[in-house]
Amino acid sequence: MADLHRHDNRLGVWGWLGGGRWGVERYAYILHRVTGLGILLYLLMHTVVTSLRVRGIYLWTDGGFLHQPIFKFGEFLVVAAFAFHAFNGIRLVLVELGFAVGKPIEPVYPYKTSLGVQRPLLIVVMLLAFIFLAVGGYNFLGLAK
Amino acid sequence: MSNGTKFWTWHMAAGVALLFLLGLHMLIMHFGGSVHLFAPHGSEAVSVENSQWRDAHTFFAITYILMLGVGLYHGLYGLRTILLELTLKPAVAKTVTAFLVLVGLGLFGFGSWAAWAAHTIAIAGGKG
Repeated sequence: MADLHRHDNRLGVWGWLGGGRWGVERYAYILHRVTGLGILLYLLMHTVVTSLRVRGIYLWTDGGFLHQPIFKFGEFLVVAAFAFHAFNGIRLVLVELGFAVGKPIEPVYPYKTSLGVQRPLLIVVMLLAFIFLAVGGYNFLGLAK
Repeated sequence: MSNGTKFWTWHMAAGVALLFLLGLHMLIMHFGGSVHLFAPHGSEAVSVENSQWRDAHTFFAITYILMLGVGLYHGLYGLRTILLELTLKPAVAKTVTAFLVLVGLGLFGFGSWAAWAAHTIAIAGGKG
């Protein structure tokens, strides 16, 4: 397969963040990137913080610097980001591999878009993400103990 | 298959692998109150005792290293894709790629060393 030709991103940063009228999938895509960057930032910090246990430093336990409500809330945001990113990621992989986009059809007026075929998949994965998050919230509030 | 397609395919495969690895990690560390998996010392999954108990098991040391490698690749390749969408000059794009590779390798080396060191310390302390 030949290398893909990249088109100039004339919009700059707005090209990343602007969804325009491209539908809810385009906004899911933007949120996918934002949550991905958040999780990456957390991973970098998490790697350093958890590595400190080699020196006997456990910052996340009772009395530790990270054992504060603000960090607990931050941890919940990470779980929320993971829930969205993971379930939306499943959808993106399925779509990338050609599943759930419908069969190719003749472009006969009135034209049909594959977005209509994809939409149920988006709804299902968002529901699953919400359920995952609800269970996570139940645990974070300490209701499961 | 071009390098771009190959690395992108690896990026997707890493995402699927992370789904299982990170899913299990979340289940153990953050849903401990419900599932009580691999946490024999009380209900707090991330307590020192439970952390050391997991560290003493080779399965966890290897899983941490695997998860770190796959996570860093998926995350940093994703970041590179986002940055390169700004249509950077080839020299800048190469610099960004080289920087991210160095950061990834550095963190992978550091994290792997720490995971294995914690494993050997926990075994020596008889925490398993």
